[in-house]
Amino acid sequence: MTNKTALYDQHVAAGAKIVDFHGWLLPIHYGSQIEEHLQVRTQAGIFDVSHMTIVDLAGKDSENFLSYLLANDVAKLKTPGKALYTAMLNETAGIIDDLIVYKINATNFRLVLNAATREKDLIWIRQQLKGREVKLTEHQDLVNLAIQGPKAREKTAQALPENLRESALNLKPFTSVIQGDWQVSRTGYTGEDGFEVLLPKAEAAQFWQALLAVGIKPCGLGARDTLRLEAGLNLYGSDMDETVTPLESNITWTVALEPKARNFIGRAALEAQQQQGHYPHLLGLLLQDKGVLRAGQKVFQRGQEIGVIISGTFSPTLKQSIAFARVLAQGDEDCQVQVRDKMLTASLVKLPFVRNGQAVFKLIKEVEGNE
Amino acid sequence: MSNIPEELVYTESHEWVRKESDGSITVGVTDHAQSMLGDLVFVDLPEEELEVSRDEECCVLESVKAAADVYAPVSGVIVEVNHELDSTPEVINKEPYDAGWLFRMIPSDEKEFEDLLDAEAYQECVKAEAH
Repeated sequence: MTNKTALYDQHVAAGAKIVDFHGWLLPIHYGSQIEEHLQVRTQAGIFDVSHMTIVDLAGKDSENFLSYLLANDVAKLKTPGKALYTAMLNETAGIIDDLIVYKINATNFRLVLNAATREKDLIWIRQQLKGREVKLTEHQDLVNLAIQGPKAREKTAQALPENLRESALNLKPFTSVIQGDWQVSRTGYTGEDGFEVLLPKAEAAQFWQALLAVGIKPCGLGARDTLRLEAGLNLYGSDMDETVTPLESNITWTVALEPKARNFIGRAALEAQQQQGHYPHLLGLLLQDKGVLRAGQKVFQRGQEIGVIISGTFSPTLKQSIAFARVLAQGDEDCQVQVRDKMLTASLVKLPFVRNGQAVFKLIKEVEGNE
Repeated sequence: MSNIPEELVYTESHEWVRKESDGSITVGVTDHAQSMLGDLVFVDLPEEELEVSRDEECCVLESVKAAADVYAPVSGVIVEVNHELDSTPEVINKEPYDAGWLFRMIPSDEKEFEDLLDAEAYQECVKAEAH
């Protein structure tokens, strides 16, 4: 079964090359992935991310429930509209999915989850919900557009319905405004400023056209992948899954171990791993030689294999190859990667590689088992 | 629809071959191949004077998306590689049949040419792949 988003015909009309992404027919690019990438780093681009799963939880027990379900603490969401990035863990602290949770009001929350994990996520959430007074509703009536880049907010505001313009421009990072069926959030997955907009399917084509009319360029999944890699943001299924924990996935910052009294699924396993201390880390790799790093290539230090690349690409901003690797590093930043029959020179770096259009990576000088 | 020049011959693995007047051949990848790969960012070219057998991997193209092997269309010796591609691999996307050529070789067995495809046969091969 393949699904199309409400904007499928718009993509085809814009010259998209369409691919099947976990059962969804989505644009991989509209001509050149590199041009789309640079467009987002310097101007503004739109991504149709309507394949993502959107779930609303309603009821007096919602906050309590999410406080148990999620590794980050929803009590941090003090006012309506606030957003939090986190992960949903199993009992062994393996990552079931990563997601954004929005507070709509005191008793209503919205989760935006991955598309590829939709079924298992819903099964897991419903299992945990048993006996709780929380109502789960999945949205299949909305379009989800990410508009990203240094000019994204200013340009998007010109295309938004008038009653949303001012409140959208006033949003602080990681907050959102909801009006009727529209939600505008100052969030994203590219390392640039911008918005993510949820809106009714029936209004999607008109809004898409309005965004193109103010000079925002359509961008595909290809550019989304190179942008998120430069930004040091994980892709579920490539960089993390149920076999690894947040500590091993560079997302320890999305876990709240304080307050100690809050019990959440996976907490005991995480604490045990942290105490034990010896586990691999997800780090950045910058290739110093020519070539392109790819998932599956082995990483070495002083002749010893220390781990493997989990995502790799060519960085259009840095004009060299970058990757994420899960490694037990031992000392400095120098390492080698086996690419076919050659050993290439690379450096371990602290993520991200790029933020707001600028290279920001730092070489790892000392890597301990713990951070 | 991709561009398939009449005057060239092709392989099923998407290389094109041009016979030059001095007996050498020039090899590149087709418009269809570059379009499937997307933006090219690196070419691992073969060494000059390398002896290759037909269908042997002798060059690697890396795009933002994936790596792809290029195979020797016939047996022979590589006599020249296109070093312009070291700094401008994107030329393969723009001009796959001209400035985007990969290498030149002296074939060792003329008979192997009989197995290469003409433009029409290659067109059929691309069509069959789409289904």
